[in-house]
Amino acid sequence: MKPVPKPTPETQPFWDGTAAGELRIQRCQTCERHYFYPRPACPHCGSDQVEWVRASGRATLYSYVINHRPAPGFEDEAPYAIAVVELEEGVRMMTNLVGVPNTPDNLPLDMELRVVFEQRGDMHVPLFEPAGGTR
Amino acid sequence: MTIVIAGAAETDEVGRLPTHSTLQLHLEAARNALADAGMTKHDIDGIATVGTPGPIQIAHALGITPAWLDGTGVGGSSFLFHVRHAAAAIRAGMCRTVLITHGESGRSRIGAGRFGMAPDSLLGQFELPYGVVGPPTSFTITALRYMKETGLTHEQLAEVAVAQRRWAHMNPRAMYRDLITVDDVLASRMVAYPFHLLECCLVTDGGGALIVTTEELSRRSPVYLLGSGEAAESPMISQMEDFTTSKAFRLSGEAAFAEAKIGHEDVDHLMVYDAFAHVPIYGLEDLGFVGRGEAGAFIAEGHTSPGGRLPLNTNGGGLSYTHTGMYGMFAIQESVRQLRGEAAAQVPGVEVSVVLGNGGMFASAATLVLTNRLP
Repeated sequence: MKPVPKPTPETQPFWDGTAAGELRIQRCQTCERHYFYPRPACPHCGSDQVEWVRASGRATLYSYVINHRPAPGFEDEAPYAIAVVELEEGVRMMTNLVGVPNTPDNLPLDMELRVVFEQRGDMHVPLFEPAGGTR
Repeated sequence: MTIVIAGAAETDEVGRLPTHSTLQLHLEAARNALADAGMTKHDIDGIATVGTPGPIQIAHALGITPAWLDGTGVGGSSFLFHVRHAAAAIRAGMCRTVLITHGESGRSRIGAGRFGMAPDSLLGQFELPYGVVGPPTSFTITALRYMKETGLTHEQLAEVAVAQRRWAHMNPRAMYRDLITVDDVLASRMVAYPFHLLECCLVTDGGGALIVTTEELSRRSPVYLLGSGEAAESPMISQMEDFTTSKAFRLSGEAAFAEAKIGHEDVDHLMVYDAFAHVPIYGLEDLGFVGRGEAGAFIAEGHTSPGGRLPLNTNGGGLSYTHTGMYGMFAIQESVRQLRGEAAAQVPGVEVSVVLGNGGMFASAATLVLTNRLP
């Protein structure tokens, strides 16, 4: 079985979001910048006036590898891409890419993506699929 | 006060050592370094090593009662941090002579800790769910972005492994010594595209140790510490600011060069931690030896190979010599050998050597500037 993430108090809102079909990230109310991963204060300006917001779910493909030695639970999918995507809001996160063959020809960097969610145990994990077109 | 490396040695062998526990590797390296320095355990009043087995166990096992301990564990760069921290502690009068040890049963896993991250850790939540299998699938993830931004080719990436094998070919202790070609690299098994097996480091058993003290207390011709720097970036590679350059490499390098008061033209020999083939490319650029996007061609043109103007990773590196998991100790050891004129693939006339150590996946870095003559 694929690894199932386990929330901590400060990450719970993120995982509550994925369960609701929303990609939620944090935004600083002082400097107005978004950030990820979940933390109690803004890593840019240090303010603790921060809020959770719903990200658009739109992203572009920043970089990836295609793993030929699968992790436990990923045996049927190898070789599979482990990707880092850049959200429209400017933050980056690691993910997998679905709805597209995971081959170099099909995965040009900067291709446009949108978030989808995969159930994993009791949790929902954000994955990304092509949105059509390249930036 | 002039800080020196007064003793340096590796374990009797590196490679496959199923008869050695992790602790035994530390202790063998420590004994060898003490012998190299002409010292005994009675000369040591400071101990530095990474978390497992840790400075308490190493000191106790050797029968040393330390007045100063450092357990900084920030990945494979930790031993460079230890040298820098030891220098500061000695200058501050906290101790006089520090023993730094590394031992890792990376291949045989004898007396070694377990791998694994809790599912509620940062990586457990935000990286492991995506099928990451250790460094080959995460440290490598920056490379395609670097290739797109700079034009680095797959062949140039392969040239890193080819160049380092030329050095390993001259080193009897290297695990892989046969010369290889770009075609050999590109034909080797794909591990994590764009990385083939020969572009990934070895996994071995071994250890090394250093003795850091003052010039006055050194009992042999010393290697001087001219400058050092340390830095950190992100605990997760996905959060690295820019996938085409390492902030920690840049900052630690700038600090070390500034303290040493040297320029790039002064450097005769360079060690850059090479867990994967792209890391020396980042190191050459982030230390400022070449401009952005130029390192691939620089290596492919032979400038880092035997006879080149900037000999790089002259033991064969993590790709061909040895890589226990925390390779930084071995990078320092090779710089010391080159400065003493004792290396297997000795470069003529080395007076200034720079070591860049990486920790984690571009997570931490430290740089040392070493010399065999004071300016």
